[in-house]
Amino acid sequence: MSGDTSQPVPTESEPSRLRVFLVDDHAMFRAGVRAELGVHVDVIGEAATVPEAISAIAAHQPDVVLLDVHMPEGGGRAVLEATRRAYPQVRFLALSVSDAAEDVIGLIRAGARGYVTKTISPEELAAAIRRVADGDAVFSPRLAGFVLDAFAARPDASLADPELDQLTNREREVLRLLARGYAYKEIAKELYISIKTVETHVSNVLRKLQMSNRYELSRWAADRRLV
Amino acid sequence: MTTTTAYPPLRRSRSDRMVAGVAGGIAEHVRVPAAAIRVAFLVLLAAHGLGAVLYAVYWAVMRDEDSDVPVRREPVKMVPYALLGFGILVVMTLLFGGDGISLAAGWLLALVVLGGGLIWHQAEPGRLTKLTGLLGGDRRPAFVLSLLGGGLLVAVGIIGLATLYSPVEGPSLSVVGFAVVFALIALTGVGVVAAPTLWRTATALRAEKEGRIREQERAELAAMIHDQVLHTLALIQRNAADQATVTRLARGQERSLRNWLYKPMGSAEEYFAAAVEEAAAEVEDTFAIAVETVVVGDRMVDDRIRALVAATREALVNAARHAKVGTVSLYAEVEPDEMSVFVRDRGVGFDMSTIDDNRHGVRGSIVGRMQRHGGRAEIRSEPGEGTEVRLHLPIGTSKETA
Repeated sequence: MSGDTSQPVPTESEPSRLRVFLVDDHAMFRAGVRAELGVHVDVIGEAATVPEAISAIAAHQPDVVLLDVHMPEGGGRAVLEATRRAYPQVRFLALSVSDAAEDVIGLIRAGARGYVTKTISPEELAAAIRRVADGDAVFSPRLAGFVLDAFAARPDASLADPELDQLTNREREVLRLLARGYAYKEIAKELYISIKTVETHVSNVLRKLQMSNRYELSRWAADRRLV
Repeated sequence: MTTTTAYPPLRRSRSDRMVAGVAGGIAEHVRVPAAAIRVAFLVLLAAHGLGAVLYAVYWAVMRDEDSDVPVRREPVKMVPYALLGFGILVVMTLLFGGDGISLAAGWLLALVVLGGGLIWHQAEPGRLTKLTGLLGGDRRPAFVLSLLGGGLLVAVGIIGLATLYSPVEGPSLSVVGFAVVFALIALTGVGVVAAPTLWRTATALRAEKEGRIREQERAELAAMIHDQVLHTLALIQRNAADQATVTRLARGQERSLRNWLYKPMGSAEEYFAAAVEEAAAEVEDTFAIAVETVVVGDRMVDDRIRALVAATREALVNAARHAKVGTVSLYAEVEPDEMSVFVRDRGVGFDMSTIDDNRHGVRGSIVGRMQRHGGRAEIRSEPGEGTEVRLHLPIGTSKETA
């Protein structure tokens, strides 16, 4: 391979390969992900620290940023807060070894479009990146479980904004199936709706999570001795 | 003679003490009866309070016998002080009778010395290191009180002396005023000198306490890593060729680390979520598969819920045995009126109609068990599509939910 590297896999059905940026403070993990993802997407760069990530995202404006939750100087959340508003076309996918609920919910609330754990297979990760780039939300079963927990019906849950702070029955149903390990296609079949509708429900859940009443969620975390 | 020829070290006595064990200590050191020393101190008091001065100096200089043993000062211990003061007064009156001025002067001097001794004693380095407990709270008031009391004694003594020996004939108001200013300046000076030391000591002690707590946490973490992580890594190195063992070890270790880091959960005996996760962990370890566990909500365990957990475990075991997959999904949810568990695999699946009625795994352990406890079990499977076991258990709302 000597010359053109922009089209290493001509048989790829995707018209243009996604430009992905890695943010993680573990060099070994970055190298691993880069090697695994190389056949599916273009990894255009990587950063090990929060300031490095912020300036690189501003310079390259990748399609998708794979973002680690735990890093010094504020972690993935700091990166999101510094860049999300300035570059709304850049999508963020949280990729973490942590499955503590407050880490996950915190990053999603800060604007990440999805969350996957580091034990995910390369193919699944590539698929998740593609989904995020297309504007969808990526929910692992575990994340669905956390969200269900966060929105669990409480006697006094109707405190602030009932429109925003509650999930519809359908959304709850979709999340339950996600938590049970169903794929979008299987959920659509199970509920007799289209895949597009499933995606809409999931996006709505994500939006509600990002806009829902801060007080309720922080109390939820406090109830569970998470904060 | 069995006693040693060497004199015992000059220490304040613990066993033989009336005030601070000075007399007892000296008596032990020079081998004379303690009473004689005490009488000597009292006689010397007559010489313008020299006895008190000496006593205070000895007190300040002599180390406590067994200084490791913390000194407990109870209010009862103050009784000798009062007796000493009264004794001074009586002796002085007997010796000097009419001469009011020198009697009062000696008395006041004794007061100053006593107060100074008290402050000095409290500020003694050995005592400051014992401040940890004081910082903790319960002995702080006593410490402050004795410092204040010492200060007050010194101040009153100085004021009195200045008043008595003032060049102006007889005590007058302006002299008292000067003396007050003088005493205040003296006390402020002492305070300025002592305060930074006291403050620094207090800060150092607080830092030391925090450091100790941190050290304890670090030790706990080190012990955990040593007991679990290092041993797992060693086992993995020895079994590097055996893929299944390595995966199983790594998975078990990951789970235990995660629980340690992120989940301060209740015991599996008491809480449903913990019981479900424990069952999943057991199946993971036994059958070398991954169980992707998601539990929403929690509840205290009772007999029926224990049956639900047992049925869940059986469903997991079935999936691990027959589905021929590496991953099984487990989703459990606690709702106000019902508990549900879903165990799903994407394995080979089977045709329900071909299952023999005497297959105990499914009929007895899952369906029958759920029915006996008022719940229901539903099994959906298609060849090639995988299997899902759905367990439902209605529950009353009266019981405590956690």
